[in-house]
Amino acid sequence: MSAIKVENISKSFGKVKALDGISFDVKRGELFGLIGPDGAGKTTLFRVLATLLNPDEGGAEVDGFDIVKDYHAIRERVGYMPGRFSLYQDLTVEENLNFFAALFGVKVEDSYDLVAPIYRQIEPFKTRRAGKLSGGMKQKLALSCALIHRPSVLFLDEPTTGVDAVSRSEFWDMLADLKQRGITILVSTPYMDEASRCDRIALCNEGRILGIDTPTDIVAGFDSSLYAIKGDNMYQLLLAARKANGVRECYPFGEAHHMIADAEFDVEQFKAELVEVKGLHIEPTKPSIEDMFIKLMKQ
Amino acid sequence: MRQLFILIQKEFTQIFRNPFLPKLIIVFPVMVMLVMPWVTTMDVRNVSVAIIDEDGSSLSRRITSDIRAAEYFTLNDEPTTHGEAMALLEDCEVDVILLIPKDFERDMTSIDPQKLDISANAVNATKGSLGSQYLVQTIGSTLSKYMSEQCMQQTSDFVVVQNRYNPTLNYRHLMIPALMIMLLILICGFLSAVNIVIEKENGTIEQINVTPVGRFTFILAKLIPFWLIGLFVVSVAMVVAWIVYDLTPIGSLGNIYLATILFILGFSGFGVAVANLSNNIQQTMFVMFFFIIIFMLLSGLLTPISSMPEWAQNFTIILPPRYYIEIMRAVYLKGTTFVELWHNFAALGIFVILFNTLAAITYKKQA
Repeated sequence: MSAIKVENISKSFGKVKALDGISFDVKRGELFGLIGPDGAGKTTLFRVLATLLNPDEGGAEVDGFDIVKDYHAIRERVGYMPGRFSLYQDLTVEENLNFFAALFGVKVEDSYDLVAPIYRQIEPFKTRRAGKLSGGMKQKLALSCALIHRPSVLFLDEPTTGVDAVSRSEFWDMLADLKQRGITILVSTPYMDEASRCDRIALCNEGRILGIDTPTDIVAGFDSSLYAIKGDNMYQLLLAARKANGVRECYPFGEAHHMIADAEFDVEQFKAELVEVKGLHIEPTKPSIEDMFIKLMKQ
Repeated sequence: MRQLFILIQKEFTQIFRNPFLPKLIIVFPVMVMLVMPWVTTMDVRNVSVAIIDEDGSSLSRRITSDIRAAEYFTLNDEPTTHGEAMALLEDCEVDVILLIPKDFERDMTSIDPQKLDISANAVNATKGSLGSQYLVQTIGSTLSKYMSEQCMQQTSDFVVVQNRYNPTLNYRHLMIPALMIMLLILICGFLSAVNIVIEKENGTIEQINVTPVGRFTFILAKLIPFWLIGLFVVSVAMVVAWIVYDLTPIGSLGNIYLATILFILGFSGFGVAVANLSNNIQQTMFVMFFFIIIFMLLSGLLTPISSMPEWAQNFTIILPPRYYIEIMRAVYLKGTTFVELWHNFAALGIFVILFNTLAAITYKKQA
């Protein structure tokens, strides 16, 4: 049985279609990532699955319960961490944790083994008010509070947005640890580099899912040849490369441009065509998830 | 029940941790009760009077000294002629001019006695009319004393007015129960509404909504602290009224608290409905301000409903503070009993049901 089962969910806000026929399954104990830019509909999907919003069409089951009919049962067994820090800023770290434990009718000690690896890092600051914590510590407190009632499913909406690189990496280590304990985790992120930490990912854009697979298989599905090109004048290079024969896409990618090529593409011919671009350097490169995302998005 | 208790505990922790709220809850009622009764008064004092004494008799001097002694007047001795006095009146230096004509005392007993002439500046209508009325009363009492001393037959009967329930016509006694209502409107309506919207603005309501806590439990936990604070504030105000103004309710405290509880329940329901329908503090504040101004000005808090135009009088029927103000004033000043006021209590009860139903309906719409 799958932990999360989403079937053809649509949700509109006025004329904006935030979710457009989304379907996917998350297996029990899986770390599932929703990867997509801002405005892809990730937060709306989380709010629907966390029973805060009813879908216009379609339905979903979380831990075997219907999100509309059995929303009470779902609230008992999911942990939800919204993208925005939503704990009480004027309560201390300890008070927040105790408060949420009490609302679920559990004692902090009972879940301490689960929360401890995370909570121990912020425990020295337990008398500090939550509003006075740093961004990374806020995330850890929010995760502790979301875990306090031993949920079977965890929804994390952009947990690493606005957090420094070291804390981000630590955070993913914590998620891997929670996965080991059998908790199903649905996590969203706009950072493509974090996708490789998930078991499976869904690439989403504008309320639709572009593709679902393991990070390696997503990349393996990239069936065209990809080149990295550099030149002295990068902008001139970009414009010229887009006009060249056999070039399907060319887009800035870090310090180089990535170029998706057709079957009839020939490197020597390309160099000849772009003779006016000084310092031209071209080499084949391995596709990343971001390349796949751009390719799917343009289709 | 357990969740409710935990939520209320959290509310109180937050209220007492707030750097501003606990002070406000104590200082606000004390300040309002100490300051407002003195300034929101319709008593006219310091009426500046100029007396032009053309008679110069013992009676005219007696009138002058009686006016000088009266607490409402300050005498302006500067002008000596009526023309000078009129010039001062135009400059607003003098509010009322009294002209005692020549031979006023001598002609008292004649068939055609001289008449006193009073001119008042009525730009400030209240001060002009009340000032000249006070002057007429003062002179009237001087004259009637004089006449009885001279064994003269009084030319006119003086009307005797007896002010029941507030014998000294003390405006403060009318205002104090009304000020308590103002406090309640602000604390129970305003604070509780803002308190709910803050959770919306901070997104914390989202985190609460994914817990098994029911929505009504959540709202109830938001309101109960403010109900308690409201009762506390009214009690403080009553103690201040007793100590400072020596004003205690003539009627029963039970009636006052019953009316207060009904009013608080109704008004906080109204606050919740407003909070439900708005997304941020700004919206809530503006909507609440709008209604509070209507409540304060139209429900007889400051000016009597009976002197409003008829359409406005009909409109006040739908204003809950109107009934509460009537109960508070009647119980405080007249000692009216529950039986006589039952329709006011019933009206408040209807508002409790109405506003809380509205609060419940608007809350459901959020899903």
